[in-house]
Amino acid sequence: MNSRVRLALAVALLSLAASLLAAPAAEIPLNERRSAYEDMSRDNKAMQDDDTSNPGMLAVLDGEALWSVKVGASGKSCADCHGDAKTSMKGAASRYPAFDTASGRPVNLEQRINLSRQQDQKAQPFAYESKEMLALTAYVALQSRGEPIAAHDDPRLKPFIDKGRAAFNQRQGQLNLSCGQCHDDNWGKHLAGNTVPQAHPTGYPTYRLEWQSLGSLQRRLRNCMIGMRAEPYSYGAPEYVDMELFLMWRARGMKIETPAVRP
Amino acid sequence: MAARTLINVPPKAKRGEVIQIKTLISHIMETGFRHDNVGRPIPRDIITSFVCTYNGEEIFKAALYQAIAANPFITFHTVATESGTFVFQWTGDNGFAQDASAKITVE
Repeated sequence: MNSRVRLALAVALLSLAASLLAAPAAEIPLNERRSAYEDMSRDNKAMQDDDTSNPGMLAVLDGEALWSVKVGASGKSCADCHGDAKTSMKGAASRYPAFDTASGRPVNLEQRINLSRQQDQKAQPFAYESKEMLALTAYVALQSRGEPIAAHDDPRLKPFIDKGRAAFNQRQGQLNLSCGQCHDDNWGKHLAGNTVPQAHPTGYPTYRLEWQSLGSLQRRLRNCMIGMRAEPYSYGAPEYVDMELFLMWRARGMKIETPAVRP
Repeated sequence: MAARTLINVPPKAKRGEVIQIKTLISHIMETGFRHDNVGRPIPRDIITSFVCTYNGEEIFKAALYQAIAANPFITFHTVATESGTFVFQWTGDNGFAQDASAKITVE
């Protein structure tokens, strides 16, 4: 190789490296956002669309039963205060995570359910990712199916959305990847055999065929962090809630699909 | 919590029409091949048999094994011959037994 070619190659490599380092994750334009539903096979779409084929609906039936079970020292059920979930919970899931005045920070739907259990029903909180928690969350979130995700424009949420965004764009783990490098910059391309989704939390809790069960958004976030070889936070950690909040803000206006089916 | 079932049988059909029946049941389908976090084997807990009867006559039967995923979804076809009831029965390990039924009107 003569010196001129070598120089040209070095310059090309440097500029490539510089573009990789400097390129800020570009946010997806609002009108280009799409649910990962669009990327699924015809069979998987059919499974989600039919309520007698969607295995997430089995948990919804459990959640519907839990809604009217009287629990705790108060002897009250969810229904005793909230009445018919079909009307009282309509759109509720589209507004979470929401600002909780008592703790001064956002809480997600699971945390809101547990706050209500502890403070109003005087009962033990559900364990995160327990069958009961997933069932009740799925039943509540089902009442928002088809509703657009709220704008999350409460000014008190702003700093937490910013924290979530910073975490989303933060390189982490042994692979030194950020969420945005896949889900903002390379969605639609393939990673192994799978289409990289835009990562919109439209259908949680979601029935993943790989899990053979329903799982929360935090379980999904753990999944990605383990994939990046980063250490996952524990369930319910504020870092996860901030990221959930950012993801919901990022998906504002998209329609809730709970319980979604994903491969 | 008891097992939940979801059944999809068309409420109406023409005599002689081929109809599709879809059934879903909640079950962990634990294979018996896995171990817990301290190495103890997790005992097998699966559904082993599924039977569908149409006005008392057996029209479909399936044997299930460990390779079937959790929450088995079984779908099959039959010919609508007369109005009546489909009864679905699942049986499995540890005395598991669950049934469900659905009515059809044949015109």
